[in-house]
Amino acid sequence: MRAFVTAVFAFLYLPIALVVLFSFNAGRHASEFTGFSMQWYGTALSNPFLVEALKNSLFIATTSALLAAVCGTAAALGLARVGVRTRAVFDALIGAAIVVPGVVIGISTLVALVQLFGVLNPLLASIWPDDQPPRLSLGYGSIIAAHGLFSMALVTMIVGTRLASLDRNLVEASSDLYATPLTTFRSIVLPQIMPAVVAGFLLAFTFSFDDFIVAFFVAGAQTTLPIYVFASIRRGVTPEINAIATIVLVASVLLVVLAQWQLRQRKPAN
Amino acid sequence: MKRKTGGPMSAGLGAVFMRGNRFRHNFLTALLLAPATAWLVVFLVLPFIAIAVFSVGERAPEGGYQAAFTLAQYANLPARATAFWNTMMLAPVGALACLLVAYPVAYYLALKAPQRWRLILLALVVIPFWTSLLMRTYAWMYILGGRGIPALLAFIGIEDVRLINTPGAVLLGIVYGYLPLMILPIYVSLERLDRRLLEASADLGATPLSTFLGVTLKLSLPGVMTGFSLVMILLLGEYLIPTLLGGGKVFFIGNALVDLFLQSRNWPFGSAIAITLVAVSVVVLIAANRISTRVSGTRRVDLI
Repeated sequence: MRAFVTAVFAFLYLPIALVVLFSFNAGRHASEFTGFSMQWYGTALSNPFLVEALKNSLFIATTSALLAAVCGTAAALGLARVGVRTRAVFDALIGAAIVVPGVVIGISTLVALVQLFGVLNPLLASIWPDDQPPRLSLGYGSIIAAHGLFSMALVTMIVGTRLASLDRNLVEASSDLYATPLTTFRSIVLPQIMPAVVAGFLLAFTFSFDDFIVAFFVAGAQTTLPIYVFASIRRGVTPEINAIATIVLVASVLLVVLAQWQLRQRKPAN
Repeated sequence: MKRKTGGPMSAGLGAVFMRGNRFRHNFLTALLLAPATAWLVVFLVLPFIAIAVFSVGERAPEGGYQAAFTLAQYANLPARATAFWNTMMLAPVGALACLLVAYPVAYYLALKAPQRWRLILLALVVIPFWTSLLMRTYAWMYILGGRGIPALLAFIGIEDVRLINTPGAVLLGIVYGYLPLMILPIYVSLERLDRRLLEASADLGATPLSTFLGVTLKLSLPGVMTGFSLVMILLLGEYLIPTLLGGGKVFFIGNALVDLFLQSRNWPFGSAIAITLVAVSVVVLIAANRISTRVSGTRRVDLI
């Protein structure tokens, strides 16, 4: 059994290791490693389209993860205060936001937004004072909103789980000692749920930064890093992609390790 | 004595806020839930209603949508029979292959691994789950592609091996991509297993095999069912793996949807396919819940 488990871990990590290794290959081909070189990183980072896509992805991931962390935490706190029925409805919607395949989220958001813009744009044009009304279209906003949906659901779930395991004796003690609700929240509840909020933010960032399929549908004229990489892969495998892949993989691994570490912080022993 | 800690948050926090008046309590609750509600309604509920409406509409001559009430789009589903057939074959087979590889790993992690290794090994399972599927699938493209393993095989004299753009390559990509998602829920259900039951079973003379079948497997079934249904549902909508590892040869529903929405712009037909996909997913979830409730008496396992 140990041999089998070892083999599975090798299966999980060898392909990634190979990509990382060959990103430092001086030659072009996967069949031969001709020497150590950083040249493909240079090529990748001097490609203006790629740098632009990377900046877009960083902006979208940061914004959607921040929004998700704030709204998701608020929702988790709110859900601790509502009745069983409201909670069940919310739980179902949040479960759906997480489980429904990205393809379906992508196309349904595309369809809904295009219809919505079709109604809103003439409306904006008619009430705008001059001849240059703003035109709503797909782009940053739609990607952030679509990524934020999954991320917010994720944060709500993670923070909600942490809230459920919160020591309620502390909360009661605090209020018995005449702390105001706000003080109790700030000094008892918030410090205990903070690791979960941070972990949720990091995972949301990772999700948004890595997502291809949802952004593919709602990106409009914008390009994110995964969309750019996908397009160049279809044109042919180049060592430059290995370099980008390595950067993305290392970044996601760091973020996930950080998130896991946060989730293990101050976990109540039981 | 150890005091019982934990328990539902609602009573504690609720009680604190109850000291303010009722109106303020409700107002604050509504305020906390408002952004999430707006988000869920505008970007989940409304879009779903939109594709449901589109799926009974007609394609406008220039592409897009024209209002109508017809079931023609659903009647037309067999036009994409190949995509449905490929997906409906490879999704369950892929989920089953994941399960066969994942179960021993989860079993080892939960019951056999040394304590100090357990968390590290678990983290090693979680990390790929959160790393870019695009990049991880690309790794296999690189390995299976003409200059990867086939080139190495040619070097030792085996010529003309074709690995990429085959159903086998897609299946490999599926197992590689979704293995972590299968391991995690099975691990959770095995870890919660009351070990005294295993000892009791052995003490009562059961062989290791019958203990495994009668106790371990049965009690871990909720985890198995959660993993299987999650992987299967995500596979139903998979696009990247068949596109990158199956070339143009292995077409999935995901490929059909990308084609219908972004290339040929037949939105009503695409919507009908998407609604069918969601319907199949719901059936899978309900079936999985039924099976685990019937066998082990509990429902699904939550991931987090």
